[in-house]
Amino acid sequence: MADHGTLEQRLAQQGISRRAFLKFCTAMASLMALPPGSAAAIAAALAKAKRPSVIWLSFQECTGCTESLTRSHAPTLESLIFDMISLDYHHTLQAASGFAAEKSRTDAMQEFYGKYLLIVDGSIPTKDGGIYSTIAGRTNLDLLQEAAKGAAAIIAIGTCASFGGIPKANPNPTGAVAVSDIVKDKPIINISGCPPIPAVITGVLAQYLTFGGLPELDHLGRPKAFYGETIHDRCYRRPFYDQGKFAKTFDDAGARNGWCLFELGCKGPTTHNACATTKWNGGTSFPIESGHGCLGCSEPDFWDAGGFYQALSMPATPLTFATGAAVAGAAIGIGVSLANRAKKSAAKKAHQAATLDDLEK
Amino acid sequence: MSASLQKGIDVLKEVIDAPVASFFASCVHCGLCAEACLFYTETDDPKYTPIHKLEPLRRVYSREYTLLGRLGKMLGLSKPVSDDELEAWSELVYDSCTMCGRCSLVCPVGNDIVYMVRKLREGMAVSGHAPQGIQEAVKRTIEIGSPMGVKWPAIQHVIKDQEAETELKIPIDQPGVDVLVLMSSMEVINYPEYLGALAKIFHKSGVTWTLSSEASEATNAGIQIGVSDLAREIVARIVNAAEKLGVKRVLSPECGHAYMAIRWEGPNLMGRPFPFEVVHVLELLDELRRAGKLKMKDQFTTPVTLHDPCQIVRRGGVLDAPEPLLRQVVSDYRPMPDGNKWNWCCGGGGGASSIQEPAAEALRFKAFQVKKRQIEASGVNTMVTFCSNCRIVMEEAVDHYEMKTQLLGLTELLAAHLED
Amino acid sequence: MNEIQLLTWVRGPGLNIAIGVFLLGTIWRLFEIYSLGRKQDIAAARARAGASGWHTIFRRSLPAPGLMQRSPISYVGGYIFHVGLAIVVFLFAPHIMLVQGLTGLSWPGLPSPVIDGVTVITLAAMLVMLFDRINRPVKRFLSTFEDYATWALTFLPLLTGYLAVKHLLLPYTAMLAVHILSVELLLIVLPFCKLFHAVTVFGSRWYNGNINGRRGVPV
Repeated sequence: MADHGTLEQRLAQQGISRRAFLKFCTAMASLMALPPGSAAAIAAALAKAKRPSVIWLSFQECTGCTESLTRSHAPTLESLIFDMISLDYHHTLQAASGFAAEKSRTDAMQEFYGKYLLIVDGSIPTKDGGIYSTIAGRTNLDLLQEAAKGAAAIIAIGTCASFGGIPKANPNPTGAVAVSDIVKDKPIINISGCPPIPAVITGVLAQYLTFGGLPELDHLGRPKAFYGETIHDRCYRRPFYDQGKFAKTFDDAGARNGWCLFELGCKGPTTHNACATTKWNGGTSFPIESGHGCLGCSEPDFWDAGGFYQALSMPATPLTFATGAAVAGAAIGIGVSLANRAKKSAAKKAHQAATLDDLEK
Repeated sequence: MSASLQKGIDVLKEVIDAPVASFFASCVHCGLCAEACLFYTETDDPKYTPIHKLEPLRRVYSREYTLLGRLGKMLGLSKPVSDDELEAWSELVYDSCTMCGRCSLVCPVGNDIVYMVRKLREGMAVSGHAPQGIQEAVKRTIEIGSPMGVKWPAIQHVIKDQEAETELKIPIDQPGVDVLVLMSSMEVINYPEYLGALAKIFHKSGVTWTLSSEASEATNAGIQIGVSDLAREIVARIVNAAEKLGVKRVLSPECGHAYMAIRWEGPNLMGRPFPFEVVHVLELLDELRRAGKLKMKDQFTTPVTLHDPCQIVRRGGVLDAPEPLLRQVVSDYRPMPDGNKWNWCCGGGGGASSIQEPAAEALRFKAFQVKKRQIEASGVNTMVTFCSNCRIVMEEAVDHYEMKTQLLGLTELLAAHLED
Repeated sequence: MNEIQLLTWVRGPGLNIAIGVFLLGTIWRLFEIYSLGRKQDIAAARARAGASGWHTIFRRSLPAPGLMQRSPISYVGGYIFHVGLAIVVFLFAPHIMLVQGLTGLSWPGLPSPVIDGVTVITLAAMLVMLFDRINRPVKRFLSTFEDYATWALTFLPLLTGYLAVKHLLLPYTAMLAVHILSVELLLIVLPFCKLFHAVTVFGSRWYNGNINGRRGVPV
């Protein structure tokens, strides 16, 4: 069983200086756009915080979310965050396996019932009783329902857990759904993205530990601090959009000049995420900066929202019914035409020459 | 539905065609046609908006010839056109429309509104909703031969008078001549000197011509009331006489709708092209002028302005002859604003002048105000025209408004100053 | 349904349906209207009708003498609205992309600030024309529910497009979806109401020009 002492004690044990810890707190505060004074408050709160028990369940996922969190630059803010929590179950990261692994989960659920934090990545298959993804012989659906019962709050990490993600993409063979489709009676924070920005995950955890409650969420359950604006709103290429300067191909002069990628399918205008400000790989860059349009991965159903390389204004296949409609229109039109012509010639045939008598009624 | 109403609707079903359908589909209710209509501009009453006058036709079109309208009719969702409605529209289609066609020139979507009024009248007339006055004119034309009841003996009388006046022989029923001359009964009664003028001009220029004792009347009240069957009967008299005499040309007199009836509607009513040419008297005169055969001995020095009759100019296409002819004979011509194809109607065309009801007469006088302004803008007291119906309608209105304007016919004016 | 689902729907099935109904209606109505035919005019033409129909198609775009003075709002408002609408529809870069995606045809667009300005002016012109329709006795008299409904259906795409670009009122995604939806509504009703004049205006002007051209009257 992990040590659940305060974070400050643990950091000291590991030889992490207070200076490094304060730096982390300042970074978190700025990331969440908190007032300058709050870094100290975070530090104070975090230092005293007991490390809560965290159970991390992975369902229909690709482990990209975990990779995002753990494989960023070193020494990592993310490694710091693992020191803030007691990760009691994570089947990719934990050393234990088999019955021992499952036991650590059930133990934690019992011991911290009502207090542990449940983190989920991956979507939950529901079709055919949920048999398309099982762990230790139990379906994801079953595991989630069981684990959710005693959770203080649930953090859905990644677009799959938040909105169903790629498993839910058409034709959704496994009947995949999001956590929020299954669990209705617990607070759920969606940290969407495929994968989500690591700093966003840590930021939310830090906030939870610091203030205890949920951050302010948007209508899709995402923390407003990170998902309040679109990529397009904060994109450094935005001035080119406003000037109507667009790259037409990935290797034309416009692309080389760094013009807007809207016409190359950038989904920035409809995508809410912090990529343009937080960036990736320790603030190095983000997709648009690397010359590729945004895929819109932090939005529901992004996989089915038209081709990645089709401009947002471009519909997917608008002429699907065109031929059929044209044929049907012609059929109706010709039908009416024939009926009209018949009516008109009947009227002509029935015509009796008008006489003076007709003028008076 | 009464039998007469049924007959009216059936006739409308016959005459509705692709242009009508296209025009109704195009109307955006912009109201600009009202600004071109003297019955609206002089009354400010929106009910005189030209496209509104066609409402019964639009409804018949929609109910009979559109799929949605047919469905609506089948399900009883739209009310059928009723006798009451047509009766109410009679004022709009006859009293307040002279078929001048000015609206057809301004419609921004290109609707030929007068083309549709002509068609709506077919249905109005046979369902018994044409005004009394026009009905009677048609009756007299069919039964007696002229809308004013003029018979051949009366014309013979005019011929004799004019022969005495001009000392020239007026030929009657001469086969093989160049031109068959037609008259309008308006001219026979009010301006008989037209005939003498022609005799002089033709004598000078060597044109051979004749009158026909079988077909002297050019006007066609059947066109005005809008009954093609009767219009055909009337125009056939002229066609038969012209063919019998073997003339090269038939001369339409100074009458607007007579020209429309023979020149443009005639062949379509008869269903065949004519073996002779139909020309308006001004077209022939202009031809003579251009050939140098129309020389004047002196000029008319009083300042004059010119009224272009709608059916001859805007709707008939005689655009280029009137002004040069007028300039041939007058020394001081002052064009009025909105001349030529943009001219404003006298207010009494399209049969309106035969409607005797006081309300219709009062409306005509009111509509004349636009012409009054045009005359005043030209700044002269003498106005020349070349349609005897325009002339008589305007003379009445001039009297009504106690204006000093004097009206002259262009052919007579030319004849009076012709080189001896 | 969330915003992105709505957007996906309007860009996918919604647009398919709208374009389908538009094509169906247009072809149906064209048959319905022009198959009624007309009698050949057998009166000897004064002048060959020639291209008079085509001339009228162009000539009718100019105001008739005196009418500009009598109804200036109809003309000035009408010009601004029609030209503005054409500029916004055909010269806005994302719209050109749409056409390019459908047909492969592409042409240069105008910078966004210009489109913004044109949109505002066009919206203003439409408001003035609505006021004129209510205020001017002839227009008010002629106006039916259809006239006001079609005004609204034309106004909405312009308005929502502007709001979407400017990030006003609703989040961009939602507004873009509403914008496309409003265009779809417009496409669906167009063949069945007076908006069909966008197509038949050419036929009507041509008929008028042809009928009168035979008589030697350029109309």
